[in-house]
Amino acid sequence: MTNFAHPRHYVSTFLKYALLVFASFAALVPIISCIVTAFKTGEEYASTSVMTMPRSWLYFENFTEAWKQADMGLAFFNSFIILVCVLVGSVIISAMLAFVLNRFKFPGNGLVRNLFMVATLIPGIASQVTVYQIMSSLHLVNTLHGYIILMLGTDVISIYIFLQFFENLSTSLDEAAILDGCSYFGVFFRILLPLLKPAIVTNMILKGVSTYNEYYMANLYLQTKTKYQVVSTSLYTFTGPMGNQYNYICAGVIITIIPALLIFIICQKQIYGGLAAGGVKE
Amino acid sequence: MATPTATRTPPPPAQKRKKTFSQYCKSIRGQQTIITVLFMILPLLLLFLFTYLPLFKMVQFSLYDMRYIGKRTFVGLQNYIDVFARDDCFAALRLSLYYMVGSVVQMAMALLFATILSFPVKGGGIFKGCIFFPYLICGISVGFIFKFFFTRGFVLDSLLGFIGFDLESLPYWLSGTRINNWMLMASSVWRYMGQNMVLFIGAIMSVDASMYEAAEIDGCSPFQKFLYIILPSIKTIVVLNLILSVTGALSAFEAPYVITDGAFGTSTYFVLMNRLAHANQKVGLACAMAIVLLGIIVLATLFQK
Repeated sequence: MTNFAHPRHYVSTFLKYALLVFASFAALVPIISCIVTAFKTGEEYASTSVMTMPRSWLYFENFTEAWKQADMGLAFFNSFIILVCVLVGSVIISAMLAFVLNRFKFPGNGLVRNLFMVATLIPGIASQVTVYQIMSSLHLVNTLHGYIILMLGTDVISIYIFLQFFENLSTSLDEAAILDGCSYFGVFFRILLPLLKPAIVTNMILKGVSTYNEYYMANLYLQTKTKYQVVSTSLYTFTGPMGNQYNYICAGVIITIIPALLIFIICQKQIYGGLAAGGVKE
Repeated sequence: MATPTATRTPPPPAQKRKKTFSQYCKSIRGQQTIITVLFMILPLLLLFLFTYLPLFKMVQFSLYDMRYIGKRTFVGLQNYIDVFARDDCFAALRLSLYYMVGSVVQMAMALLFATILSFPVKGGGIFKGCIFFPYLICGISVGFIFKFFFTRGFVLDSLLGFIGFDLESLPYWLSGTRINNWMLMASSVWRYMGQNMVLFIGAIMSVDASMYEAAEIDGCSPFQKFLYIILPSIKTIVVLNLILSVTGALSAFEAPYVITDGAFGTSTYFVLMNRLAHANQKVGLACAMAIVLLGIIVLATLFQK
């Protein structure tokens, strides 16, 4: 490194770290204030300032209470089932579509690509007005499988990630396998799918994050909260009469954040990589 | 495969014309056709069912005065006239301006931090993680976090109290109509800036590293490096994101929906549309609103191309 002992150098270094510290502080303060409050007793919450540290960091009453009130056991169970189905389903569906679009030249290939592209222009919230009507006429409202089918729907980003990946997998692989007597099914499931692993991981993480965090459609289509609530919608429990008891609310919020934090710490690299890959092609 | 070893049973060249169906299925062409159809049915069905059929129905419903269930009356273009005549629709659309400003600020900040973090920085990974993490928090949680953050006398007020502000002189962050939309916009920046930054870091990293070394040898200042190397090489992705942010701002929904639920004059176009559709059951009007905005988005997209 060229290190001129120039005053300007120190100033820019100082400025750089000051900015980073400030931004990290701004990003974390709202979350940390929640953590602090989640450890306070009701009496403590009422009497102390938000910025005062809790008396004991081992006071977990709010967490157990929030867990019980919002029935989060059920919520995590439902979210888990939804996640597994949606991840497996959407990965297979978009990989199959990308395979066909990339490998075979057939009339309508371009049209299909364009149909998926144009679909991104339509804002999700807007189409929900009529999707709701379609879902209810298919008797899919208020069922777990209905919500799963809806979440499986068109995901341009994952299709693009797969398309990009297929472009780098030489077609000579397929041809060799076909000559050896493999069927196209075999080519896809036994040869290409295992090779797609990095793309599958990327897609699973992106889709997993968005599915776990999705709340608008979960709220709209899984209305019987006592039976079908998921992690995100379980927090709606706290909007009613509990609307001001932030010590419970914060505990609930922290509970929902913990899985996201764990996944983030474990899969940091894949998350960054996946976002960059999905973003460039958008 | 057809190996020409059979001498006793003559190879059937004449069969080419009268191939049976099962033989067709095993041929390469046949397999391709079958796979193409089979693999595309499901995605196309989903695409049709949840994207294009809703779009079609939206156009249809927008011509009726209707609820989800019950009788419908054909009203022609009356819903569209209402969209333009109602004060709340245009007031709502005007709020998009806040979010457009927000996305410009967000992108400038994302560029700044992406540039800083693309070069060796002590603790860079931790800073990057902190700034990015809000993106991974569920929308509802974000709503609660900021309701709590902005409540009178709570987090923000205490923080400002520390640096000497008097509580009396501070506004009500979420109910004061002069400030609340800025606050919602800020919460949106809080949530998405990190994601933007990660995108930009990805783009900056794909620039050939020797360019930076050459610039360093030539004595470029960090600012010059940014201006002459980084910016030109990631221009496309920045412009692309700016374009996306316009449509994003027009369809701003999440922050006002989860934090204020559209109260105190924070109801953006989609928050209003959502309320009309699902709470007031004015489905026709809501569909007309959706179509109008979709038209604007399509126009904006075409214009940018």
